[in-house]
Amino acid sequence: MTQPTPPERPTDFDPVLVTRMVSSFGHNGALGARYVAHGTDWVELALDYRAELVGDEETKVLASGPVIALMDMATSLATWVRRGRFEPQATLDLRVDYLRAAVPERTVIGHGECYRLTRRIAFVRGFAHDGDPADPIAHVAGTFMMTEVA
Amino acid sequence: MGAWPTLPPYGHFLGITVEEGPLFRMPFGISVTGRPHFVHGGALAGLLEIAAVGTVMEALRDEAGAHVKPINVTVDFMRGGRERDTFAAATVLRLGNRIANVEAFAWQEDRAKLIASARMTLMVRRAASGGEG
Repeated sequence: MTQPTPPERPTDFDPVLVTRMVSSFGHNGALGARYVAHGTDWVELALDYRAELVGDEETKVLASGPVIALMDMATSLATWVRRGRFEPQATLDLRVDYLRAAVPERTVIGHGECYRLTRRIAFVRGFAHDGDPADPIAHVAGTFMMTEVA
Repeated sequence: MGAWPTLPPYGHFLGITVEEGPLFRMPFGISVTGRPHFVHGGALAGLLEIAAVGTVMEALRDEAGAHVKPINVTVDFMRGGRERDTFAAATVLRLGNRIANVEAFAWQEDRAKLIASARMTLMVRRAASGGEG
């Protein structure tokens, strides 16, 4: 069995800077997620409500897609803070449970955690809420594969 | 075309268009880019969900007032999406009174070479309920 890499101390990897870089470009840039906070194995991002991200015109509820993108980004960052450095990786799979609809106009907070890290695979989980962490809107679980590890 | 689906604002945000089938097309562009030269996984997941929901809505088109809510989705990413159109289509595995199970697939130049797939469970709300669940 592969030995997991123990959580490292905060090192060169700066999630504040990386979030700003990643959010300046492409799909993440178009979504506009912001850095909120981080710990040794978790990162929290915020996604502000925008009319163009609505999934249902009648209810004005945020679509589920932006929540997936937010959680993909928060959990990715969590793997790098846990590892203490950036390592190229690809998302293998991501499961999202939509616990309830986000309240229109509210900012969504995405909390991503890397709970196990091996040489090649990162196991992540997380949740999203719109104000109260005890009343989440979504729960996620997923895995990433390191793409440049032999 | 007249057929469903009327895309939600998020569908337009991703640049998705719908063709006969329904077949969903998402052109490559800066707003769906992840790492440089590749489609973002979140945008792919969004396309797969829109294909899944759109295909269920198409199956429900004769029922006025029917709508769906996502319960969960599992997305598998199999290949990087390159700088070209991405297509998606979905199969409704079961359409019950309350629950729909759907599978959606995304590909680029070759339909046999999937770049991502998703399994989605949806809650179905019908205007007038009846019959077997």
